[in-house]
Amino acid sequence: MALLEVKDLKTHFRTDDGIVKAVEGVSFEVEKGKTLGIVGESGCGKSVTCLTIMGLNNRRNTITSGQALFNGQDLLTMKPSRLRDIRGNDMAMIFQDPMTSLNPVHTIGRQLVEAIQLHRDVTRKQARARALELLKAVGIPRAERRIGDYPHQFSGGMRQRVMIAMALINDPDLLIADEPTTALDVTTQAQILELMNRLQREFGSAIIIITHDLGVVAETADDVVVMYAARIVEKAPVDSLFNRPHMPYTWGLLGSLPRLDADTERLMQIPGQPPSLLNPPRGCRFNPRCPYVMSICREKEPELQPISNDPMHLQACHLDEQTKDREAAKLRAGTMAEAS
Amino acid sequence: MYQYLIRRLLWAGVLFIAVTIVSYIIFFLVPAEPARLIAGPQAPPDQVERVKKQMGLDDPVVVQYGRFLGGMMPVSFDGGPHLKHPSLGRSYATRQPVTDIIKDAAPVTASLVFGGAILWMLIAVPVGILSALRPRSLLDRSAMVFVLIGISAHPVWIGLILIYFVGYKAGLTPLGGYCDMIDPSTDCGGPIDWAHSLILPWITFAILFAALYVRMIRANVLEAMNEDYVRTARAKGAPEWLVMRSHVLRNAMLPVVTMLGMDIGIALGGAVFTETVFGLPGLGKRAIQGLEGYDLPAVMGIVVFATVCIIVFNLFVDLLYAVIDPRIRLS
Repeated sequence: MALLEVKDLKTHFRTDDGIVKAVEGVSFEVEKGKTLGIVGESGCGKSVTCLTIMGLNNRRNTITSGQALFNGQDLLTMKPSRLRDIRGNDMAMIFQDPMTSLNPVHTIGRQLVEAIQLHRDVTRKQARARALELLKAVGIPRAERRIGDYPHQFSGGMRQRVMIAMALINDPDLLIADEPTTALDVTTQAQILELMNRLQREFGSAIIIITHDLGVVAETADDVVVMYAARIVEKAPVDSLFNRPHMPYTWGLLGSLPRLDADTERLMQIPGQPPSLLNPPRGCRFNPRCPYVMSICREKEPELQPISNDPMHLQACHLDEQTKDREAAKLRAGTMAEAS
Repeated sequence: MYQYLIRRLLWAGVLFIAVTIVSYIIFFLVPAEPARLIAGPQAPPDQVERVKKQMGLDDPVVVQYGRFLGGMMPVSFDGGPHLKHPSLGRSYATRQPVTDIIKDAAPVTASLVFGGAILWMLIAVPVGILSALRPRSLLDRSAMVFVLIGISAHPVWIGLILIYFVGYKAGLTPLGGYCDMIDPSTDCGGPIDWAHSLILPWITFAILFAALYVRMIRANVLEAMNEDYVRTARAKGAPEWLVMRSHVLRNAMLPVVTMLGMDIGIALGGAVFTETVFGLPGLGKRAIQGLEGYDLPAVMGIVVFATVCIIVFNLFVDLLYAVIDPRIRLS
């Protein structure tokens, strides 16, 4: 049994303009100790998917359906008090912006101790010792002195380390990291990713890493889910995704990565904007931006299907296999012409 | 820290000089003759002249202002430096020392303002928080209607309505006047009479501020609830009451503390409308009386007192803020 099994998850928000379908039937699994990368542009529903699993959407305007089975229990239908027991204990989350994710008026020590004492019946002293241990584990220098400091006294990278320490403090089975490195500079990004990889080995947590950066995915993930406009368009083990990407949107993402080994004049870009989730386009949601668009793409939404000779690699695209293999090969060679 | 305090005190001094100079100049621009008022309307011109000379009213503004400042100093250089009691001069109208006027009037205003502040916070904190927790609910909408009325309705009107219905028709409270909290010098006195006589003034005074504070607290709480660190607290598994208490309210109330300190500082200079409607002999009422009678020393005394109140409370708020907001303390 997978640690987390998400089945046909739908999250809709009631807004003044109408119902925004932020997540439309997303399914994936996360195995114990493995890392799943969720990739996509801003607003494709990747964060909302995870917030829904954590039960952190505003309940007043959210409509959720489907299932999110965590160790066999459905997170979406369980009692709020039971969900609170799991949150921060068996399942923890790191957020995108470490600058605003810590409470500015409490010391980090207090915030860490709070996280422990919410779930463990320990004394303040024991909780503090555990907090200190974690701060050291995530590489905060002079942790004994810094535990009494306030968030504003830390740099962005250090704050994200504190967030990671806070997430891991109760030894969760699942860690959800929502763009954990986006707000950080490149050298810090690398350190944080390395830290997460190391801690995963030590603590054995499964990780869901949400990102728009395929480089991050390549470095950390075992499996990848590519999301576009509230749906999954491709799902594969990481090697398979990078070697045989099967969906024009994935090609676009891969082509927009800067490469040192290829002699490209300029990076490829995906033309146009992501569609509005208030009324998404008919047929394939990527069709208005797809350079390979066919008439069927405007009529019928492609289903997520395994590709030939790899049942683990799912994709949703009407294009024929030969074209896909050809384009993927071109992309690998780094010689793919600008799509448009 | 000390450097900060010294800088603040120096600024307070500059502010103080500026406020009193402006008050002086405005007073001298008014085409009135205080000496005539003092001497009486029937007094012959030479007697008015004598009064003028005697009180130094014919000296240039600068000299008079200098004398006013000199009076407030605790030392005098007349005939060798020696200590003296700081003085704000004597009232033109009553010849009473201005410090005595303030000593009599300030407790009245302070009773009104502090009691009113407690009342408006008792209303605004729960209503503001509950409105923010249930936006667009019946409570929230009623609260917003109250805010609109509270801000629009004039305290004089509110006061008169309350006096008519609660004091006159229902006979539940006195119609006006002030009872001393401690000293029963008049026909009423003691804590119970004091509170009884102040119930309507407190309500009148508190309504406007309660309305403003409900709106402010609601907005602050709504904003704080959307902060990332509140989401972090929920992600940690904190129950809702703890999220509210330890994460939302702690942050949402920071600006409220500032506002409260400044508003109390300002109001201590005199809650003019409320004091006038209820005939409370507070600073606001005395200032109005002083203005009507061109009683410069009385007016200046109250201006000085109000300025000091504002400066002291602002300083107090800044220091308090440094205690409750760690970002300010250490940066």
